[in-house]
Amino acid sequence: MKRIYVNEDWCLGCHLCEYYCAFANSGIDDMAKALKGIAIHPRIQIEEGKEGVSFAVSCRHCAEPLCVKSCITGALTLNDGVIAVNQGKCVGCYTCILSCPYGAIMPSQDGVVQKCELCLKNSDGSPACVAHCPNRAIVYEER
Amino acid sequence: MRYVIIGNSTAAVGCVEGIRQLDREGSITLVSEEPYHTYSRPLISYLLRGETDRQRMKYRPDGFYEENRCELLTGVSVCRIIPEEHKALLSDGRTLEYEKLLMATGSRPFVPPIEGIRQVEKRFTFQSLDDALRLGAALTPNSRVLIMGAGLIGLKCAEGIRHLAQNVTVVDLADHILSSILDVDAAKRMQDHIEKQGVDFLLSDGVERFEGNTAALKSGTRLPFDILVVAVGVSPNIELIAEAGGKTGRGIMTDTRCATTLPDVFAAGDCSESLDITTGQSRVLALLPNAYLQGECAGINMAGGDSRYDRAIPMNSIGFFGLHVATAGSPQGKALLSKDGDAYKKLFVQDDLLKGYMMVGDVSRCGIYTAMIRNRTPLSSVDFALIREKPQLMAFSKVERNKMLGGAEDED
Repeated sequence: MKRIYVNEDWCLGCHLCEYYCAFANSGIDDMAKALKGIAIHPRIQIEEGKEGVSFAVSCRHCAEPLCVKSCITGALTLNDGVIAVNQGKCVGCYTCILSCPYGAIMPSQDGVVQKCELCLKNSDGSPACVAHCPNRAIVYEER
Repeated sequence: MRYVIIGNSTAAVGCVEGIRQLDREGSITLVSEEPYHTYSRPLISYLLRGETDRQRMKYRPDGFYEENRCELLTGVSVCRIIPEEHKALLSDGRTLEYEKLLMATGSRPFVPPIEGIRQVEKRFTFQSLDDALRLGAALTPNSRVLIMGAGLIGLKCAEGIRHLAQNVTVVDLADHILSSILDVDAAKRMQDHIEKQGVDFLLSDGVERFEGNTAALKSGTRLPFDILVVAVGVSPNIELIAEAGGKTGRGIMTDTRCATTLPDVFAAGDCSESLDITTGQSRVLALLPNAYLQGECAGINMAGGDSRYDRAIPMNSIGFFGLHVATAGSPQGKALLSKDGDAYKKLFVQDDLLKGYMMVGDVSRCGIYTAMIRNRTPLSSVDFALIREKPQLMAFSKVERNKMLGGAEDED
């Protein structure tokens, strides 16, 4: 199964992954219109610490997903290795946020949750964070 | 293999999905008193609030039973189980034979024996879809609603119906709301918020007796109402097991395989007890995630696998009128409080472990804390200043982070 892997030694902390994530999921085809002057709500988030350590965190698409098993509505599903959220079914109880060991699920602007779906539902079709990471600190590969 | 599941809610669905991980062929029969496709019980308040509908509150898609090759019997209950004969007797006179049986019988609302309560004409409980539909039908814009119980169910009900009634008053014997999950400080924040939405509270008070549609409270207050909702607690449905000679406490006793003391009989969900690793005590953990995980564990074991449910902890994430609260574990040990604007957080630490937390307002990434409780992560193995500040993976060692994010193999 292909997965997102992060190499923190190569992460520059540039946050481009966050911007490309927000752009890919914005539904807008002009990057400036999608992002300029707007507080972004990306599904991948950079953690930055002391001594220049930084890394990106997004859904691990766990094989034993506590978020899916804990979801009170059935909005979260695991199919073919991809954990997706049906935002129409989600009521924003945040039990998945309570359950995710990585802190990789977050509220969307509508109050229901959002998460990395590997860009399978947007026009990119494969992870935009990976495609646009300038230092290959985020990869999407079979291991 | 022939499986019978008594129940059709979360634990039952978990069991079906657990069985089907190992056994695609065996026959599965679910027995349900309610005449519905499996639905999410916690969504009944969202239904009344208009935030979901009957279709979207189905817990699994329409094709669930067919795809999992299950037979669902509705409108029928089990009156007796005979474990030595591997039989369950149904209320319609039929007998079901099983090789493995799951009790996913849930719980029922407890109605306290208060003088006059049985004579209250418009008296409701708030646990099932039918409860919600009946309550919704009875409410008018002039309704004065009295809710007994300021716990999760009572307050979810208050939120669900506030816009449908003239006023909503919640009475509780405890001195603070949500007393099963919050302490006084945290509860006060939530109470202030809920009060601003027009819900009134009478705490440290209880109903002494009902005189028709007037509640005479212990404090002397006399409170007229039109509609009463009783939400003071639930009783686990343990009778079938107790009558068959199985061990019960408050709930059905189970081991870490979710097996009862009766041969080939398992139990999961709100009817059963499990071991809370934060206190070391067996207790009913009536929480949806717990029900699913127990049900799945039971299903795997019923199908001949070997699964252990040995990391149960209390955990709740819930919002009222837009304010969220997340709690997990137990409030044991030293309490470390931090407040930042509207965000309120209390961590509980003891013996080099995070034992519990309460967060009100900002609950971002709180699952990192939950995992530390569940995994019993030694606090000495993380950067405590960072983890205390906020849930973050930066607090873990680089080696751990590489396992979590970088695909490094776990050497344990």
